[in-house]
Amino acid sequence: MPVAIQCRGLRKTYEGKVEAVRGLDLEIQTGECFGLLGPNGAGKTTTIEILEGLLQPTGGEVEILGRTWQSDARELRELLGISLQETRLSEKLTVRETLQLFASFYRHPNSVDAVLEELSLQEKADSWVGKLSGGQKQRLAVATALVANPQILFLDEPTTGLDPQSRRQLWDIVRQFQKRNGTVLLTTHYMDEAERLCDRVAIIDHGRIIAEGAPSELIERLTGHHIVEFALSNGATSNGDSWSALPGVQSVRAEDGLYSLRVHEPHETIPALLAEVQKQHAQLAHLTTRQASLEDVFVQLTGRHLRED
Amino acid sequence: MATLEQPPVVSDPQKTVATNGRWAGYARLLQMRMLEMWREPEVIFWVFVFPLLLALGLGIAFREKPPEVTPVAIVAGPKANDVVQLLQHSPEHASIHAEVVDPTAAENGFRLGQYSLVVTMDAAGVHFRYDPSRPESVLARTQVDDALENAAGRKNPLPTFSTASSEPGARYIDFLIPGLLGMNLMNSGMWGIGFALVEMRQRKLLKRFVATPMRRSDFLLALVSSRLVLMLIEVALLLVFGVLVFHVRVEGSLASILLIGALGAVSFGGVGLLTASRAQKIESVSGLINLVMMPMWIFSGVFFSYERFPKVFLPAIRALPLTALNDALRAVILQGASLTSQLSRIAVLVIWGGVSFVLALRWFRWS
Repeated sequence: MPVAIQCRGLRKTYEGKVEAVRGLDLEIQTGECFGLLGPNGAGKTTTIEILEGLLQPTGGEVEILGRTWQSDARELRELLGISLQETRLSEKLTVRETLQLFASFYRHPNSVDAVLEELSLQEKADSWVGKLSGGQKQRLAVATALVANPQILFLDEPTTGLDPQSRRQLWDIVRQFQKRNGTVLLTTHYMDEAERLCDRVAIIDHGRIIAEGAPSELIERLTGHHIVEFALSNGATSNGDSWSALPGVQSVRAEDGLYSLRVHEPHETIPALLAEVQKQHAQLAHLTTRQASLEDVFVQLTGRHLRED
Repeated sequence: MATLEQPPVVSDPQKTVATNGRWAGYARLLQMRMLEMWREPEVIFWVFVFPLLLALGLGIAFREKPPEVTPVAIVAGPKANDVVQLLQHSPEHASIHAEVVDPTAAENGFRLGQYSLVVTMDAAGVHFRYDPSRPESVLARTQVDDALENAAGRKNPLPTFSTASSEPGARYIDFLIPGLLGMNLMNSGMWGIGFALVEMRQRKLLKRFVATPMRRSDFLLALVSSRLVLMLIEVALLLVFGVLVFHVRVEGSLASILLIGALGAVSFGGVGLLTASRAQKIESVSGLINLVMMPMWIFSGVFFSYERFPKVFLPAIRALPLTALNDALRAVILQGASLTSQLSRIAVLVIWGGVSFVLALRWFRWS
């Protein structure tokens, strides 16, 4: 498969002070859905805006569909569909008028009616943009990108602030686009979104990629499959060493009296865990096991949670 | 919840509309700009209704009034009829309305402003009761005094002659309409372009636009074109209003008026563009726009002639774009001046507009 997006040694320094992106390499294949994942301020938006040709990098090279922004900017613009974070489209234009406007900028746009239909916006076609709900506005933002009839779709935080139903609608739209061999690059700070939607993700922290790969592969490689979480009653604490010695435990993490064990096979670990609790004359206040997620990958790599809010 | 389960219908991805031509983007940008303005009630009010209201209000306030009739009370008495007789035979009888009333009614009416003057005649002669702090009362005293003396046979040693003059073309409303037109073109140019641009920048819409293949020059051209369309309506409305309501006489050719109007609209569009070239917030651009317009409201002769300012200021005042626009509009509308006679004023507008455009394009920020 040909490479759709490629960048090497990407760096961006704002006003000579803030280093937003510090040496980033990416290679995204045609037809792939690729996610840039990271906490707020990690450099996701800066990265995607450099790739979109909206920001000038301080250093590094970018190649999109075999072209560069320096020499083929106009040609590239025809091939990309872009949805920025927080664009407020004109409130007093209707949905259809907004799409007609964006379609008029491209030499070979998609039909406005087809895009309206695909994004389930037909019923709102003649409503003013100002009257749309948050989810509908976000779909319209993606529609302005799709009406370009693009080969690559760039989505910056497409589902931030949306309700679960609207988020799932947007995921469907992205999958439909991908089915037609479209390439998608999106940023998100939602783990579940990245896990469900992306073929591959790059986890970014402080302007660097700290892990890259398919979500399932990252989870397996970095966390084991499962997380066992427990707490002792009365908030009792105990030496972490006694837990890490249990069978199948890869690592232990304690936070406010809550212990998280990364394990391969919960059925091996849990009986031993119960025996150990008894041996310490303690009692369990809480015990759960769950599938490991990208969130755990991030915690494992940085010691912090993705969303500190 | 139904939509949750149903994936959207997939349309044929290859189905594209006919290929867009070179000017498709420009045409849509202009169309949408006009639609947006049309749907903004504030724009309609400030651009179209407000200038008309201003013209109407000022036109009425400074209108030519019919000759005033002075209301006079004549206190009833044996000689009251003599006074009435004299007044009726005086040359000024048409402008004096005299009523014979009893002393209390005269006193009350005078206090309430119903009468400007109270006249009492007795054996000694005529007594006037007037209020020196009320101009119309002072005027009434002189008027009635003259009327009575003339009717009684006073001979004036020096003959004087007066002609009343209130010709269309020299009235305040004639001065005002072109000034309002100029001010309106400035206001809507500065706000319509400057404010609109910063608002779009703040909404990140400009950034979204430059993420498409849209030509940036098309975008700016569409903004300026929308100003020209509005200019046509603004000029037509104010002129038609002036002609119909105040019988303003338009001496110059419509083509010249429109050409100067267009020049003014584009020139102020350029100044608006420059004002908005870097501002990120509408609050900051609002301040800037007012700062730029303020001197012109005062100095450029919108409501009164700038010739009242000290002579040393006049060259600077004439170099302001609104002064040039107002002067050119007045010359063409009121005196039927030719375009060639207005070249220096046209040059002022071209220089302001041209320099502003060049600087604005150099400094302009899309995000």
